[in-house]
Amino acid sequence: MNSFEDILITNNLITAFVFVGLTVYFAYFISEKLTNGRFHGSAVAIILGLIFAYFAGTLTGGEKGVADIAILSGVGILGGSMLRDFAIVATAYGANFSDLKSSGKAGIFSLFFGVILSFSLGAIVAIAFGYDDPKDITTIGAGTVTFVVGPVSGSAIGASSEVIALSIAAGLVKSILVMTTTPLFAKRIGLDNPKSAMVFGGLMGTNSGVAAGLAAVDPKLVPYGAMTATFYTAVGCLLVPSVLFLLIDLMF
Amino acid sequence: MVIYGIALLGICTLIGLIAGQLLGSWFGIDANVGGIGIAMLLLMYFSNTSNAHFKIGDMSEKGITFWSMIYIPIVVAMASKQNVIGAIDGGLMALLAGIFAVLVSFIFIPIISNFEKNK
Repeated sequence: MNSFEDILITNNLITAFVFVGLTVYFAYFISEKLTNGRFHGSAVAIILGLIFAYFAGTLTGGEKGVADIAILSGVGILGGSMLRDFAIVATAYGANFSDLKSSGKAGIFSLFFGVILSFSLGAIVAIAFGYDDPKDITTIGAGTVTFVVGPVSGSAIGASSEVIALSIAAGLVKSILVMTTTPLFAKRIGLDNPKSAMVFGGLMGTNSGVAAGLAAVDPKLVPYGAMTATFYTAVGCLLVPSVLFLLIDLMF
Repeated sequence: MVIYGIALLGICTLIGLIAGQLLGSWFGIDANVGGIGIAMLLLMYFSNTSNAHFKIGDMSEKGITFWSMIYIPIVVAMASKQNVIGAIDGGLMALLAGIFAVLVSFIFIPIISNFEKNK
């Protein structure tokens, strides 16, 4: 029994291929039999992944979902930023330059608008919950931008570690919601062309959320959304601890 | 050869990430500024160029398209390693902030996408 486990652990990346393969197979089965294909297989697979991550988290008490279970540690490599970035770049192969150019303006506008919008909404919720220290409000707003901008801005302006933890949680909620709800809204918001995909990437920004959300809607749109989303965290890290913090500081 | 495609993809990714890191340090922030975007632009440039000196062959192309097709399984793996508990444990405020931001952003997608069309 132990040697069986050992093989799975020493070959953890291969075990991860099998795990993800089975998850995707099961997901497409559910998609076809239970939803008549209306809910796309990859969307179901992503939700299944999140459910597994939840149960793994309660089981191990760790922060890395199923990757904290020894035999599934390979999922951490397969789903880590190295291979994710590599695959995202690969999706650009064959993407259309002129589509990118013609939606460039809308993409850049949505990028700045998106950061300010998410920040403001996060800040409003923080104020509604009784926070009145500009540092706290800014940090929670920053977390709502993405879970990277939260801690980066929080430590830059000297917020407490509890508030930084909250800001990370807000960013995680956003990222997971974008992953799961994008397929539900895609039709209604016209997310079916390169331009709206670029606007989507610029408004949502969360790399993992945009990557998963578009994958579940139409893989052809991935490069366009990923293109703007890749600048989002950077714009957030630039704007939040500087201009936006000063504005909040003036108001409180 | 298949490895040429993978290597080209690797070159684009690494150049992009290095450029993104440099941009980040210029702006004085500890984050990669658009590295992936730069890498994607590079790859698009190569995929749209074809001349006597440079052409991506059929086999090399397979090295790139494989990775682009394996993208969704990678995203599934990424979902499986999220800190879902952390998101739920953040409490009502974190939950509301996230929900609010996502819903309102969704509303703005068609508005911004259609903005230029109507002008």
